[in-house]
Amino acid sequence: MKNVISSADLSRKEIEGIFASADKFKKGTAKTSLKGKIVALAFFEPSTRTYNSFDAAAKKLGAEVIGFKSDIDTSITKGESFADTIRIISSYADCVVIRHKFDGAARFATQVTQKPVINAGDGKHEHPTQSLIDLYTVKTVFGRVDGLVYGIVGDLKYGRAAHSLIYTLTKFKPKRVHMVAPKHLRVEKEALSSIGYEYDEVDDIMDVANDVDVLYVTRIQKERFADELEYEKLKGSYKVDNGVVNALKSNAIIMHPLPRVNEIDREVDKSSKARYFEQAANGVPVRMALLDSILGGKNE
Amino acid sequence: MSEDKLTISKIRDGTVIDHIAAGKGLIIPHILGMNVDSEDIFTVLVNAQSSHMGKKDIVKIQNRELKEKELNLVALIASDATINIIKNFKVTDKRKVVLPKHIEGLLKCLNSSCITNNDPEATTSFDVVSRAPLVLQCSYCSIDMNELEILNQLSGK
Ligand SMILES: [Zn+2]
Repeated sequence: MKNVISSADLSRKEIEGIFASADKFKKGTAKTSLKGKIVALAFFEPSTRTYNSFDAAAKKLGAEVIGFKSDIDTSITKGESFADTIRIISSYADCVVIRHKFDGAARFATQVTQKPVINAGDGKHEHPTQSLIDLYTVKTVFGRVDGLVYGIVGDLKYGRAAHSLIYTLTKFKPKRVHMVAPKHLRVEKEALSSIGYEYDEVDDIMDVANDVDVLYVTRIQKERFADELEYEKLKGSYKVDNGVVNALKSNAIIMHPLPRVNEIDREVDKSSKARYFEQAANGVPVRMALLDSILGGKNE
Repeated sequence: MSEDKLTISKIRDGTVIDHIAAGKGLIIPHILGMNVDSEDIFTVLVNAQSSHMGKKDIVKIQNRELKEKELNLVALIASDATINIIKNFKVTDKRKVVLPKHIEGLLKCLNSSCITNNDPEATTSFDVVSRAPLVLQCSYCSIDMNELEILNQLSGK
């Protein structure tokens, strides 16, 4: 594995290797170190959580971190092109982690640098490391990713975390996937054409609540609605509150890539089904495993 | 169709694009940049009779052999076209156009937030995900482009 641009770039075997390695980092039994390596974090679009998670992962492995947290920090504002910024920062580093508002930016970066590139979110396209964290969390809870029923909720048209999860699940054998979204925020037809698992598209969480093992909730942005009234009307069907929690199977879990706004009611946090903070914490060991695998950590 | 018929309004040297689906022949000069301002001498034959296509279009271009990139453009519009290279009134080479697996630089991605529409160095690249019907997918943002969208873009609509 050299670059991680799209979920499609990772084989099931590679994903399972990352999970096994993440387990070791989580338990503290891994002995590998990236001492002497430099990881560049090139965040053209701000994302505090993803930035900090990569930053912590690299530092825990002993690597140095350089880069920027938003394009305001860079010469981009002075007119430097994306390609030039990548060329320069990658010449200082051993790999580049890229976050950008344009779709396909990370793929393009692989053409201007020889160094490994990790996509930390490109526009509405993909966020492959997020779905590794998501499925790693599922694995730590259920001991497996296969054979479970998933409900993916929210903006499935523009939401990159949901896109990457839908693709990454194609490497596994989910029992079923319910895609829960309002009609105009459903998954693009092209994304569904290559899906090999059983899925359906539904409007309301309550229609699938008693079937799912994993309820994966994402944000629906008000801006996606042409009509605010329509948003207000629909909002309720995508809000996870105690009513939804009680409708779920007893061992089902609720996940969210965070940050959440109000799609998960705070009262749900107390439920043992709420696993989103644990999921966020898994970001560090999973990203450590990924950096270690790409940069070839040495045993100390 | 016999080669004799094909060369009815004989061209001495050049290219004859045969077996173009009827109705698409008129777009071919446009996508190849042939017009009143260019030096090219060309003929478009519309609704010619064809034994196995019913009707077809034919484009004859004098004194010009199409380059690889141009042949790919033709393949995007007319996937069944035959290219005949004419030298001294004789067909010296005859082959079907072949649509490559990747289309580089010929089309614009329809997604305005695709990197290819936002960085001067990023040239477009599409993977052919289906040939009939023709569907291309942007290698960067994964957005699809269908036959009609390709046709509209190439014909400048
Ligand atoms: Zn694109």
